[in-house]
Amino acid sequence: MNIRENIKKLIIEKPLRLDCGKTISKFPLAYETYGKLNENKDNAILVFHALTGDQFVTGVNPITKKDGWWSYAVGPKKSIDTDKYFVICANVIGGCMGSFGPSHENPETKKIYGTDFPVITINDMVNAQVNLLDFFNIKKLFSVVGGSMGGMQVLQFVSNFPDKAKTAVPIACTSSHSAQNIAFNELGRQAITADHNWMDGKYNSKSTLPDKGLAVARMAAHITYLSKKGLQEKFGRNLQERDDLKFGFDADFQIESYLRYQGSVFVDRFDANSYLYITRAMDYFDLVKQFDGNLSNAFKKTKTKFFIMSFTSDWLYPTQENKDIVIALNAIGANVGFVEIESDKGHDSFLLEVPDFLNALKNFLDKSYIEGNNES
Amino acid sequence: MKAEYNFIANIIEKNSTVLDVGCDDGTLMEFLRKNKNVNIRGIEISKEKVQICIAKGLTVIEGNAELDLKQFPKNSFDYVVLGQTLQAFINPEIVIKELLRVGKKAIVTIPNFGNWKVRLDLLFKGTMPITSSLPHEWYNTPNIHMCTIKDFVRFSETINFKIVKSLALINKNISNISKSNIFLKNLFGELGIFLIENK
Repeated sequence: MNIRENIKKLIIEKPLRLDCGKTISKFPLAYETYGKLNENKDNAILVFHALTGDQFVTGVNPITKKDGWWSYAVGPKKSIDTDKYFVICANVIGGCMGSFGPSHENPETKKIYGTDFPVITINDMVNAQVNLLDFFNIKKLFSVVGGSMGGMQVLQFVSNFPDKAKTAVPIACTSSHSAQNIAFNELGRQAITADHNWMDGKYNSKSTLPDKGLAVARMAAHITYLSKKGLQEKFGRNLQERDDLKFGFDADFQIESYLRYQGSVFVDRFDANSYLYITRAMDYFDLVKQFDGNLSNAFKKTKTKFFIMSFTSDWLYPTQENKDIVIALNAIGANVGFVEIESDKGHDSFLLEVPDFLNALKNFLDKSYIEGNNES
Repeated sequence: MKAEYNFIANIIEKNSTVLDVGCDDGTLMEFLRKNKNVNIRGIEISKEKVQICIAKGLTVIEGNAELDLKQFPKNSFDYVVLGQTLQAFINPEIVIKELLRVGKKAIVTIPNFGNWKVRLDLLFKGTMPITSSLPHEWYNTPNIHMCTIKDFVRFSETINFKIVKSLALINKNISNISKSNIFLKNLFGELGIFLIENK
């Protein structure tokens, strides 16, 4: 039996008009939940995953058999305490963990969609996921939380649905993908499409996957998630299982070996076309432009309480880009808190064990939850 | 809790909106939220202090008053509070103007450098004064622009803002400062508390 058949899926009947103009309907949205929804249905947190994440936030991922991508932050007694909160996370559309994506079969042609799959946006992703609220009969989420691309979804969600979240925690993200971000994504896409196994996205048998291109894409991206200082401290110029340089192109250095490993494990769990689609969605994200150059207008209708965090060593989504969101919110008197967390771990800090970050997240959520209960 | 917090709370009307600039660990914010039911925000430069505020459930942004007040539109708050930090800014004039742009009114407290203990310290010891409220040495003090109660009153005339209320804290007691008693208040006052607004 295919293990993927165990993935929980919501079939969304309602047609969804995508930003590209196409309409999709009766499409699957794969999701997972943790904790219990309480009687008042006021303890739900929708977590949005980043580029290469999936719905398996914590515990053992049943597909990869590894720890969920946010195991440090989500679980019993953790920052997002699953003893207290009902956590929902969906695989984004365009993804490859069960949600409607380019590896699905096109019912008209009976072939894999590949690049015939419609280009999707962050806006499309959250418009698909909001259906989960109806499914669970939740009127208002206690919080929407996410880092990186997950943070972009938080911003878009609150903008699209101003009454559907009491609190929002966008982490290490941006309101508008920068030229540098687009450049790195393009590098990854070029690596994939340059792999002759990619075959215009029509690869479909096990033997012809564009693994090399996808691995290179992952390796390049992985560097952007770390910091120079972090890399230097962890690897320096240490050699990989050898006493001296070998005067060849094998992985002499530990950092080379590390990157190669990161690339090789990634291809086992990720689809190359999904990588193209999701990076495209990130590149197209520009909430500032969507609101005619004034980000404040994106949040004018909302009373959602925001808490924004960035990391000192994150050069992919630097503090200033996070602060721009804070500024836009303060300009309209919105309720927003902000702190920059000290960390050498780069953009990846939000996924790692960074106590200041994990404590701040926990404190904000737990205090806001008590506050909310006292009001009602 | 600092002695002046009660008096600051007395100045602030119930249910108003307040921004605490340099909110430290949020003690005043909590006190005002509890006693005055204000909608209060804070801005604080120290990451550790911001973390403490978040743990108290306060809405605080990490930032520097000299750089980050500009993000708030005119009259965003009924009151902006600046507690004992005016002397630490590079440009107190710009800070005062920013406080009065962001807030309809501002409450500014200053440690009084005209206090007799400070004066005696310098007069007899001949060294930069060190007191309980000004505990730093000259070379490591964050207080680069110390002033007296009298200086602040003159400052209001120079840069043209109105002092609506002025109070002196002496031995945990509060009293009004007037034109006739300013000599004595400036000599005995440990702290000046000023409610100010634009002219």
